[in-house]
Amino acid sequence: MKIGILALQGAFREHQRMVEACGEEAVLVKKVEMLSEIDGLILPGGESTAIRRLMDRYGFTEVLRSSTLPMFGTCAGVILLAREVVGEETKHLGKLDIAVERNSFGRQVDSFEAELTVEGVEERALAVFIRAPHIALAGEGVQVLSEAEGKIVAVGSDRHLGISFHPELTDSLVFHQYFMDMVKENISKEMTV
Amino acid sequence: MQQTGTERVKRGMAEMQKGGVIMDVVNAEQARVAEAAGAVAVMALERVPSDIRAAGGVARACDPRIVEDVMNAVSIPVMAKCRIGHITEARVLEAMGVDYIDESEVLTPADEVFHLKKDDYTVPFVCGCRNIGEAARRIAEGASMLRTKGEPGTGNIVEAVRHMRMVNQQVRQIAVMSDDELMTEAKNHGAPYEILKEIKALGKLPVVNFAAGGVATPQDAALMMELGADGVFVGSGVFKSDNPEKFAKAIVEATTHYQDYELIGKLAKELGTAMKGLEISQLSLEDRMQERGW
Repeated sequence: MKIGILALQGAFREHQRMVEACGEEAVLVKKVEMLSEIDGLILPGGESTAIRRLMDRYGFTEVLRSSTLPMFGTCAGVILLAREVVGEETKHLGKLDIAVERNSFGRQVDSFEAELTVEGVEERALAVFIRAPHIALAGEGVQVLSEAEGKIVAVGSDRHLGISFHPELTDSLVFHQYFMDMVKENISKEMTV
Repeated sequence: MQQTGTERVKRGMAEMQKGGVIMDVVNAEQARVAEAAGAVAVMALERVPSDIRAAGGVARACDPRIVEDVMNAVSIPVMAKCRIGHITEARVLEAMGVDYIDESEVLTPADEVFHLKKDDYTVPFVCGCRNIGEAARRIAEGASMLRTKGEPGTGNIVEAVRHMRMVNQQVRQIAVMSDDELMTEAKNHGAPYEILKEIKALGKLPVVNFAAGGVATPQDAALMMELGADGVFVGSGVFKSDNPEKFAKAIVEATTHYQDYELIGKLAKELGTAMKGLEISQLSLEDRMQERGW
């Protein structure tokens, strides 16, 4: 399996390390043509505004909107996957039927790390929240996977995984493994069709 | 269960800024221009370094009002500078909820012997460095991010290049050094032994290192990325140029695609005049901000 990591801005090298720790091949995606070589795409953490501007400028936004690639968004990445960002007009990729709220846990001085329980997974996940968003509303077909401080911070659908935090700053592979399984399942589904 | 201000949380914040550009701004309007251009953060200050240089006298942390205005104007992180060793300026900025503090040689130092003990704070810090000794001391004091000092406010990239090359060369040397050479290396640089051990184990600095001090064109920004910077600070370069909006966008794009030379050529075309530059040798030793910090 080849897992792409959108490498326009942010912590993409950390995701590369995590993908490789899961035993899969990681590709840093800087150009839109590279999307055809991969089986799944990670949208990393960074500044969502900056990443989105670069996505528009290099033609990623349109291509990803119509793409059937499995995608995994962390922090800024989950904002990009959302159908709606609370209080903002901008429409991102709309992959997950969720509304996210930015900077939900305060400013950087309020940023924190925590251990999370994950729905359907035995192992607890270590999570670093940095000026993190949260999922204010999860629609149909979206499963809530984790909560922190009573707020939804991880959700999944059949092909998309979105989380508010950064497992890639830790050695906790829970969510990356979850995504790898999702991609694998997607490949086998496509083969039977 | 939940912990704030941990090393991971503070260093992680800087990790998210990688590949991005952080711009100096002096008011809300400039902050909006920076955000619209795709800056990953802004540094709120009263004057950009070239104006600090021109004004002379004592440069202090800026009016909290400016920081507040900038924080209200943009959703990207806001950084602010305090004087080297000025505990109270730093604590005030932390209390205001600033996202990152730059303990900066651009301002007049408040303490000529001691830097802040930065691991006592919940807010993360960035500090300047010219070599591995300065870098390792700042990390040991608790800096969560580094930047080259360069020579701020000159529009001359030569010092930032010197500092980036120096730090990276020294990191490479440490990475291949045998364990029994490490203590003497620490002694020679005045660098904490434990930090050098960490650098050797990782093969790189344990924190992000940006370029700063003298970036004036998209090519300057791309050059620093080529030399191994994790990202770029632009001080006077944007808002002292002819066309700040265009300059800001061009510098952001050149930083992302620093090896796409055709693109950088296009970006640099008809940008207008960059900020006026200063030749370093014309600055007296006392006027060199990089000499500040110990």
